Amino acid sequence: MTNRHSVLRRTVPLGAVVLCGAMLAACSGAGGGSAGGGSGSHSINVLMVNNPQMLDLQKLTAANFTKTTGIKVNFTVLPENDVRDKITQDFSSQAGQYDVATISNYETPFYAKNGWLAPLTTLADGDTAFDQSDILPSIAKSLTVNGQIYAEPFYGESSFLMYRKDVFAAKGLTMPANPTWDQVAALAAKADGAESGMKGICLRGQPGWGELIAPLTTVVNTMGGTWFNADWSAQLTGAGFTKATDFYVGLVRAHGEAGAPQAGFTECLNDMEQSKVAMWYDATSAAGSLEGAGSPVAGKIGYVPAPVEQTKSSGWLYTWAWGVQKASKHQSDAWKFISWASSKQYEDLVGAQLSWSQVPAGKRTSTYSNPDYLKSAGAFAAATKTALTSADPADPGVQPRPAPGIQFVGIPEFEDLGTQVSQQISSAIAGQTSVASALKASQALAAKVGAKYAGQ
Amino acid sequence: MTATAAVGRPAAVRPAKARRNRENRNRSLLGLLAWLCGLVFFLPFAWMVLTSLHSESSAATNPPSLGASLTLQGYREFFGATTGVSPWPPLINSLTASIGSTVLVLLLAIPAAYALSIKPVRKWTDVMFFFLSTKMLPVVAGLLPLYLIAKYAGMLDDIWLLVILYTSMNLPIAVWMMRSFLAEVPKEIMEAAAIDGAGLLVTLRRIVAPVAAPGIAATALIAFIFSWNELLYAEVLTGVVAGTAPVFLTSFVTSQGLFLAKVCAAAVCISLPVLIAGFAAQDKLVQGLSLGAVK
Repeated sequence: MTNRHSVLRRTVPLGAVVLCGAMLAACSGAGGGSAGGGSGSHSINVLMVNNPQMLDLQKLTAANFTKTTGIKVNFTVLPENDVRDKITQDFSSQAGQYDVATISNYETPFYAKNGWLAPLTTLADGDTAFDQSDILPSIAKSLTVNGQIYAEPFYGESSFLMYRKDVFAAKGLTMPANPTWDQVAALAAKADGAESGMKGICLRGQPGWGELIAPLTTVVNTMGGTWFNADWSAQLTGAGFTKATDFYVGLVRAHGEAGAPQAGFTECLNDMEQSKVAMWYDATSAAGSLEGAGSPVAGKIGYVPAPVEQTKSSGWLYTWAWGVQKASKHQSDAWKFISWASSKQYEDLVGAQLSWSQVPAGKRTSTYSNPDYLKSAGAFAAATKTALTSADPADPGVQPRPAPGIQFVGIPEFEDLGTQVSQQISSAIAGQTSVASALKASQALAAKVGAKYAGQ
Repeated sequence: MTATAAVGRPAAVRPAKARRNRENRNRSLLGLLAWLCGLVFFLPFAWMVLTSLHSESSAATNPPSLGASLTLQGYREFFGATTGVSPWPPLINSLTASIGSTVLVLLLAIPAAYALSIKPVRKWTDVMFFFLSTKMLPVVAGLLPLYLIAKYAGMLDDIWLLVILYTSMNLPIAVWMMRSFLAEVPKEIMEAAAIDGAGLLVTLRRIVAPVAAPGIAATALIAFIFSWNELLYAEVLTGVVAGTAPVFLTSFVTSQGLFLAKVCAAAVCISLPVLIAGFAAQDKLVQGLSLGAVK
């Protein structure tokens, strides 16, 4: 007995060490694929945001793209803020870990100017099957810098107003074909309480430059305001910006969704699906979910252009696009992947294998004449196309702008600035501060950023 | 006399009984408080498990729907039912980084602690302070230099980089913990061993290790948990190949759509190895915690 114990005492620790060693040896590089920008002969590393359209792509790649081309695609999928940080880190140092990354029309201009992206014009021109001329002009323009294409869109979106047709009919309300914000405010007041627990409108109140700031800036644009004048002087306490913010905060506080200071895209989507709001002003990509299988409000929603005041249109423009890192050693394979993921054929593949409401739309003219797509997306396809074609990032308001962008200002500092300003305005929505003092604090922040550019 | 005695006895007994009652009541109250504290700590985990078993729409309702029907969809999503992405590579990466760094930490911390407690080197208090001072720099402050070093050394997205980093991050704490555990080893046993002719290695293996085993287990578990849960370095320094489980967990968070149930399911699955390690080492851990540093 004692002998057995002493043998055990001696062998167990030894065995444990050997086992650990074996595991470590076996486990190294568990992720498969290869580091350093897909250093294998035919593999690429792709870094992307984890929106539903990207997850569909991840699912379809191996059985379709890899099968036909032999190029293995290693995906890294992260939430939006994390993915931006990681892309900035990898691309700014040109570390070359990733060949392709999802960037938006916000980053593309300054990434291109910093020399972090490989130009794609020659590759796109040489690939007739890709059909560059089919890309919606507004989207293509937002990804082109100095005549060179630096990214190709995966899907695009604008913003529009969604409303419950059945609720409006029951209350005898009529939505104008091109509503103004005053009309929308009046309708929100009337629709408030139309059903038990239903509020008039959902508008984002969650802090974040990509949350509250996006819809608010489109209201600012159409009400005559701007973040900066052409000479980079900050205008957050200007008449237009103040009027728009007062209007936005007042409307949310009076007839907006419950828990507005924490409500972003996801929360409003939930509220709309659960009949907790009668209207919602947000991204056109929301319509796919609202009309999708399993949605309790499918077929009950009407879509009209973004409400306006002083401008003809006011919808935003946003696209998640593929950019290729300049340091990538697999640019040809990277283009093959982009050319497949952003193609008409990929849209058909999603339609056939998943569902037409899941198609990454909003980038190609041909999508809006595809009968299969129109059969499923007929309710919102025309409104989406109109919104996308009427958006002009170079001239979104009533005055000249120093940098492109509708719902953002196309400078790297805007992420921080927008988020800090959004925290102030979200506090005003929560009733913790007044709009005037929120904007006064925001003006000081914006003035610092403006001063940096004014001298250049 | 009898009457006096009869009256006096209960008077003497009563305070003793009352004291006993009071003690009993205090003990029950303390017991209740301990259970309440335990419950407070356990509730978030129970809530996470419950949410992981709900559908996405039930998980997102406000107020929460406790009685909603249960489903394993969140767990199916974690195991790649929708995307086809397997959770095993990141889990194996986490195991590699955690076990590898814990083994290295113990191999380095035990001799270091021996030299600081049983046979203290000159100025051992300064050495202890030096060890601790390495923990005073905020982790994020070292991020950029480490990223650049890793980039130029070609070690970005390499699990061995995390093994080295986690070892260096956990070593100071492990040395401090092990020092206080080893300080509890009676000097007489060491002297007796020395008289019997035991050398350093034999003393460490035959005398110190068995006595300090609970302390070693506690230190190993702490080092394992810290490595397993580390997110910042893992997220920045890994990519396609070496991503760890916490990085994989964040990939379920999305700004478009509901994700609470699958994130909870992923969090439950990813917590399991730590829980299993904790339960396995429970006895030793309790002994260890009452033996040394946290006494």
